[in-house]
Amino acid sequence: MLVIECPWCGPRNSSEFSFSGTKKPRPTGPPTPAQWRRYLYEQDNLAGLTRERWFHVDGCRRFLDIERHNVTNQINQIEIVGGR
Amino acid sequence: MNSPWARRRFLNRKRGSFGGTPEVRRLRRRPAGGKFSALSLLRRGISGEDWPRVWRRHELAESYDVVIVGGGLHGLATAHYLAQNHGITNVGVLEKSYIGSGASGRNTAIVRSNYLTPEGVAFYDRSVRLFENLSADLNFNIMFEQRGHLTLAHSDASLRTMRWRAEVNKVHGIDSEVIGPDEIRKLVPFMDVSLDARYPILGALWHPPGGIARHDAVVWAYARAADAAGVHIHMNTEVTGIDVERGKVTGVRTSAGRISTPIVVNCTAGWSSIISDMAGVKMPIHTRPLQAAVTEPVKSFLDPVVVSGSLHVYISQTARGELVFGAATDPYASYSTRGSLEFIEGLAGHVLALMPALSKMRILRQWAGLCDMTPDFSPIIGPTHVDGFYVDVGWGTYGFKAGPVAGEQIAEVVATGTIPELIAPFQLDRFEKGALTGEKGAAAVGH
Repeated sequence: MLVIECPWCGPRNSSEFSFSGTKKPRPTGPPTPAQWRRYLYEQDNLAGLTRERWFHVDGCRRFLDIERHNVTNQINQIEIVGGR
Repeated sequence: MNSPWARRRFLNRKRGSFGGTPEVRRLRRRPAGGKFSALSLLRRGISGEDWPRVWRRHELAESYDVVIVGGGLHGLATAHYLAQNHGITNVGVLEKSYIGSGASGRNTAIVRSNYLTPEGVAFYDRSVRLFENLSADLNFNIMFEQRGHLTLAHSDASLRTMRWRAEVNKVHGIDSEVIGPDEIRKLVPFMDVSLDARYPILGALWHPPGGIARHDAVVWAYARAADAAGVHIHMNTEVTGIDVERGKVTGVRTSAGRISTPIVVNCTAGWSSIISDMAGVKMPIHTRPLQAAVTEPVKSFLDPVVVSGSLHVYISQTARGELVFGAATDPYASYSTRGSLEFIEGLAGHVLALMPALSKMRILRQWAGLCDMTPDFSPIIGPTHVDGFYVDVGWGTYGFKAGPVAGEQIAEVVATGTIPELIAPFQLDRFEKGALTGEKGAAAVGH
């Protein structure tokens, strides 16, 4: 089991968290439908270090920004979104 | 000769083992190692002569008419149909490892066509029909067995989806119906269909043409047929870049040197977005592992393929007696192919909820394959905005059963430049247009 060191709750099993994908910038200004759909559906899908958004759904219910290597599953950095 | 199946098999034998137009058949060399038959088996059995390799090694050519990235089922099927249906044989297939080493050798080998959307049903039905004749067409036993496919419903909601699927299937001429617990008990006698079960079985979608095949054999069969037609298969050749000039593909850089080519077809499953990125094509894909496991082999006792969407499990017994278990994709994106203990734990619990009699069975091995998931559980198959760069990707959890039809269709796109009706709903631009397919009949989709 991938263990995630939650800055609030401590080390917890990844099954407590929900994964919401790699981080991507929202379109600035009012987007066209095509731009909005690109934002909805497309994402970087690189093999290597990725910046991701997770949610500690069965814990502190805070959103986390996690830097993880998605081949080795090693986690380098975890931050609570908006600070503690 | 009474049933249409028997008639089809008879006609197929009569037609001879290799299809194709007469010109293509004349052009085609004999497969390396000659034709497989009872006679050749007897001859080699007596003489003790070794079987030669069924595909050959070639030096990397400086240029090809078509380069296919990915030497799995989809890549090799594409190469075969380019040669057989369109006479294009100056083709190179590039594989970074050995052929069939990716998703083609890691899936659970289930073939079926009882999908939910009309687009999906028509597409996978064509694939089942190709599978039915594949052993004879390719002169290679792919061990396709149409044992039937049983999708269990544990709730009113999933029973409603089964009814919906059955009606869509029937409209498209697919043999598919909803059956009750009594009929399920007849098909799988030891399954717990009592109302006391942890997850009571209310009914099931029964799809007799569904079944399983030997996934490696399908890869080898296409490799042998493509090789016989003159296609070059390059193993241990990794693509490191794709050259695009003024919006047109000009070549491919590989670990073994550069190849110039006007056409590149991306058939790389879990790694597909990495290859597409090389050509500057952005994909709505994220890669997730899907784990599977097999038990020790036991005497044959399970005939149909049993699937439970609610419990995220599918069970089948291979010809050599191993029970094959598959599940849903892992809960987060990853390129890791390591198995996990929590997967086996969850899987075993769900299998035993369905079939308590299996509690003494031992797991032999587990593994993971990479699935390139799209937002609508449907593939992306066709041209891209880069001239000469084609994709056959987004195969998620349903790539094996679609291998033959995907190869056939993308070969037609490459050869003729037109998009056949069968794959028109699966174009890359559907995401920008907002015209998603929404295939909820795919595996690994909770019902």
